[in-house]
Amino acid sequence: MRLLTRRISGGLSAKRRSRFAAPVVLLLGLLITGGAYAALAPANANTKTDDATTIAKGRALFLVGCASCHGKNAEGILTVRGKNYGPALAGVGAAAVDFQVGTGRMPMAQPGVQALQKPPAYNADEIEALAAYVASLGTGPSIPSADQYSGKVSNQELVEGGEFFRTNCTACHNFAAAGGALPGGKFAPSLVGVSAKHIYEAMLTGPQQMPVFSNGVLTPQDKKEIISYLKSSETEPNYGGFALGSIGPVSEGMFAWLGVGVLVGFAVWIAAHTSRSKKKKEA
Amino acid sequence: MGDTPDSHLARPAPEPIPDPGLEPHEPRPTDVDEKAEKRAERQVASLFGLSMVFAVLFCVCYFALKVGNHPTTWLGMGASNVALGVCFGLALLCIGIGAIQWARKLMGDQEIVEYRHTAASSEEDRVEAVSSLMKGVAESGIARRPLIRNSLLGATAMLGLPAIVLLRDLGPLPGNDLSTTVWKKGIRVVQDVDGAPIKPEDMVVGQLVNGEPALFFENDAEGEPLYEGVRLQQAKAKAAVIIVRMQPDDITPLPDRKNWGVEGILCYSKICTHVGCPISLWEQQTHHLLCPCHQSTFDLANNGKVVFGPAARPLPQLPITVDSEGYLIASEGFQEPVGPSFWERG
Amino acid sequence: MSNAKTNGTKPATAEKSSKAAGAATWADDRLGIATMAKKQIRKVFPDHWSFMLGEIALWSFVTLLITGVFLTFWFKPSMTDVVYNGSYSQLRGLPMSEAYASTLNISFDVRGGLLLRQMHHWAAMLFIAAMLVHMMRVFLTGAFRKPRELNWLIGGVLLLLGIVEGFAGYSLPDDLLSGTGLRIADGLVKATPVLGSYMSFFMFGGEFPGDSIVSRLYTVHILLVPGLLLALIGAHMLLLVYHKHTQWPGPGRTEQNVVGYPMMPVYAAKAGGFFFIVFGTVALMGGLMTINPVWRFGPYNPAEVTAGSQPDWYMGIAEGLLRIMPGWETHLWGFTLSWNIFIPGQIAPIALLSLVLGYPFIEQWITGDKREHHLLQRPRDAPTRTAFLAAMITVYGLLWAAGGNDILAHVFHLNLNKITYFMRGGIFIIPPLVFLLAKRWAISLQRSDNDRLLHGYETGVIMRDAQGGYTERHLPISEAEAYTLTARERDHIYVASSTVDANGVAAPAARMDTLRAKLSHLWFKDYLQKPTVEELEEGHHHAEIEHEHDVPLEGHAADGHQFDGRHDIAGEELRQH
Repeated sequence: MRLLTRRISGGLSAKRRSRFAAPVVLLLGLLITGGAYAALAPANANTKTDDATTIAKGRALFLVGCASCHGKNAEGILTVRGKNYGPALAGVGAAAVDFQVGTGRMPMAQPGVQALQKPPAYNADEIEALAAYVASLGTGPSIPSADQYSGKVSNQELVEGGEFFRTNCTACHNFAAAGGALPGGKFAPSLVGVSAKHIYEAMLTGPQQMPVFSNGVLTPQDKKEIISYLKSSETEPNYGGFALGSIGPVSEGMFAWLGVGVLVGFAVWIAAHTSRSKKKKEA
Repeated sequence: MGDTPDSHLARPAPEPIPDPGLEPHEPRPTDVDEKAEKRAERQVASLFGLSMVFAVLFCVCYFALKVGNHPTTWLGMGASNVALGVCFGLALLCIGIGAIQWARKLMGDQEIVEYRHTAASSEEDRVEAVSSLMKGVAESGIARRPLIRNSLLGATAMLGLPAIVLLRDLGPLPGNDLSTTVWKKGIRVVQDVDGAPIKPEDMVVGQLVNGEPALFFENDAEGEPLYEGVRLQQAKAKAAVIIVRMQPDDITPLPDRKNWGVEGILCYSKICTHVGCPISLWEQQTHHLLCPCHQSTFDLANNGKVVFGPAARPLPQLPITVDSEGYLIASEGFQEPVGPSFWERG
Repeated sequence: MSNAKTNGTKPATAEKSSKAAGAATWADDRLGIATMAKKQIRKVFPDHWSFMLGEIALWSFVTLLITGVFLTFWFKPSMTDVVYNGSYSQLRGLPMSEAYASTLNISFDVRGGLLLRQMHHWAAMLFIAAMLVHMMRVFLTGAFRKPRELNWLIGGVLLLLGIVEGFAGYSLPDDLLSGTGLRIADGLVKATPVLGSYMSFFMFGGEFPGDSIVSRLYTVHILLVPGLLLALIGAHMLLLVYHKHTQWPGPGRTEQNVVGYPMMPVYAAKAGGFFFIVFGTVALMGGLMTINPVWRFGPYNPAEVTAGSQPDWYMGIAEGLLRIMPGWETHLWGFTLSWNIFIPGQIAPIALLSLVLGYPFIEQWITGDKREHHLLQRPRDAPTRTAFLAAMITVYGLLWAAGGNDILAHVFHLNLNKITYFMRGGIFIIPPLVFLLAKRWAISLQRSDNDRLLHGYETGVIMRDAQGGYTERHLPISEAEAYTLTARERDHIYVASSTVDANGVAAPAARMDTLRAKLSHLWFKDYLQKPTVEELEEGHHHAEIEHEHDVPLEGHAADGHQFDGRHDIAGEELRQH
């Protein structure tokens, strides 16, 4: 197991060397005080001795809850028509497991075009075990540490996060991160209230139809900026009153007609002849 | 009113039931009961008084509540906007409701009758108008002097020309602009926003990068950006691209496009061929790209073919390769005009 | 003049009004207004809620003018690049156009600025909605008929101008949403055959997005279109005053008169009060409901887009058409004609507008009715027209829904593609069904009117006759109601005069005549006419016979018999159980 740990951590540091642009590494260095290794794999560092038990526990959980779709060894299962029943999981990484299981998308309640978010079926320890098991199958993105997705950013970085968000995310998730429709009944979910860690993991792993935004191109710093922008937007007051769902002009149009309805009501009141005898007879 | 019914208006016989005539007027409580009248009077006056209160409150809120990035908030809403809107709205509504109550309860409510007239003038007026006009026409001699009439008509018609010609400088002629973009051989494909260049190995399968030509992030010899302001916006409106990575086996390139990608990485124009919205709703598993404006859907694994929606033409593809440093570059410019159709497009 | 009445008892008032009279004399010496005023001050306006719908539009427009003037104090219609340094930190330091920066300034740094912006936008939405509602009222009641066709045309142009004005305003802030809207407009313009690219370059002062469109639209938005709107609204009102308002038929209300309240004081108070109510409602909406939060969209960037990019609701019909069109395009001799854009973007709106503007003349031609009409028709008494509007509303609703298909899909968890497929078929199938349904419905309502006239109204009193059968007692309706129900004209199907000319050959004019007769037949054939005097008499006679059936029951203590309409029931009430 020690060998496995080395492989994971080795893979990670190799990735960091090759993919992170130099300034980002510097910046990370400033941000991370306890050393890059501890920052990137704190769980590993603390629980080295428990790895084998964790993975074994994860495998046990996997066989009960996941294997029916993903196969006994997570090799994936195809449908009769050759489509994915449950994809192979080697190499998807711990981050993917943490996202899918942590947001309740996995295990799926029923087959469908898209796994839906629901209360998670597993607790934090079980998710960690499942993640460790899946990570042991092949190298993939690991669960990000807290300082990767949270922490102070400058206002300039926040604004750049907004630019990244509008360039890469709003097309599906909407300008207010309220979500939007995709073909065939699929949809991009609302990002409001989603934890920073899960947003980071989603960008890193590209769950379901969402494209991947790997660290090689959209650097961890970029991701952190995006998350900071989203989180700061969540705490923004609604400057103009009730937000009406923040889904753009369609809902606004509905409310405009409501306003016309109110004004027509006023017109009915203005023209109502309260004391005329004709009114009484008609009643 | 003092006048009489117009005999020219249609008077259909009231059949099968004769017209019983206007109902008699019945008084309102406020007409007969002095107490009710006083009550209504007080009601209207207090509404007007309330309006004044709200107008003053508006001014208080204007100065008391903070705006800007850290505004006073109530229930998570900008307090200034809400307070000003509510105070102003109620001040106005109180006046409106008061005035209408006044009209409904206290003003005379006897309906009165006015007679209508046909819209048409009387026959005598018409005759008189026509004869005046003919007299004027005759005195001008416009009918007798066709030379003057026609040359005047010609002259005024010609004045249309300067008016139209003046519009010519509204903008330059299109020339070849709609058919070209800034892409040409060797330009690096970089990530939008920060201009980071892209190496194939940085992209994993299922990845989407919103890209731009590196030119947009470069400076000229004097350190000024090559593209900024309007020129940047105009160039960007055509040159924006998306770069996606798929399993090479999933891609079915046209025969002449076999070497347009790098290890399953393909680059397409981001500008929809329908009416030009930038598209980046890419489904990594189906390889479909959806336009959020009108839902045209393109299959990026199949040469950008339209699979759904109102777009008529496939999404133009940008041939890419890697340069000596291993970064993605365009191996040629776009082979066809990007964006929406236009007449001369062919 | 009026001050004569106030003289005498209260000297103070008299003094005041003599001052007012002095001012009035001064003005009349120069303007001669008394001649006109003497007629108009007590001008009669009939009172009905549906006559005030146009007022909502008018007062929204005044609200737009007032809030708009305030907005111009701070808005800068310039596309010059600036770096934003205002107080909204999420965008601080970004390069953007001056127009967008000043919109942010209005929203965040001008106190009450956001309220003005939101009021302006809500008022615009209400303006167009109220115009449509008003137009529907005029349409349904036949108020567009002679002599008011020209006012209908003016109204139609006002609606069109309102939409253009709205779109120009939507584009001014230069945020991501308005830029996306302009880009789509650019796509629509480019699809014009032959001239498309030139029109696009002239519109934007070069290639999209250029640096001119905001300032050009600003001129259109604050000068050109409002000027036209004002002038046409003036003409609209003048014609209204000249023609005098239409009225509902009723006792004493005829084609020759108009019955209602005088302008001074009742109508002035009601209309003036309504202005404050509309203005106040708009202020409440602006204060409480966010509209177009431009700061969340960010500055326009031609490489960005957001889900939920929709136009304001009144453009929904064009948006829906654009979305459901199949991707048809013709390439011929080196030229491209994009039917997928040209049809929904240009042909359809022009066709629709022509249909709306031409409707009074089409109907007039089919029905052959060339008389003046000042009494309104109830929608049920013109079933074909009513059904036509119902179908048009359906078309509008379907297209708006199609234009918001992504929102529908997202909010109601539907399949985006299936909505589009449904709309592609539905737009041809559902409106005709609605037409048929609405027409039958209107005719049924006509039938129920005739039933009321012939058999009276249902009292809810159940009678048991000597044979043990049960009937519901009907009582005759009041004379006033009976008159109101019959105060409409009988419809006449147009009959072609002669189908052949002297030589026995069908002349083109005769062919049109035949077509017209056929259409007129289709138009009217199922309409129910009001009963004749004979039918009414027979109905009443029938009621008498029924009454005779009940004679044997006379004197029996059958509770309720006294309420059968033929007994004096003064002081009696139904027995308490």
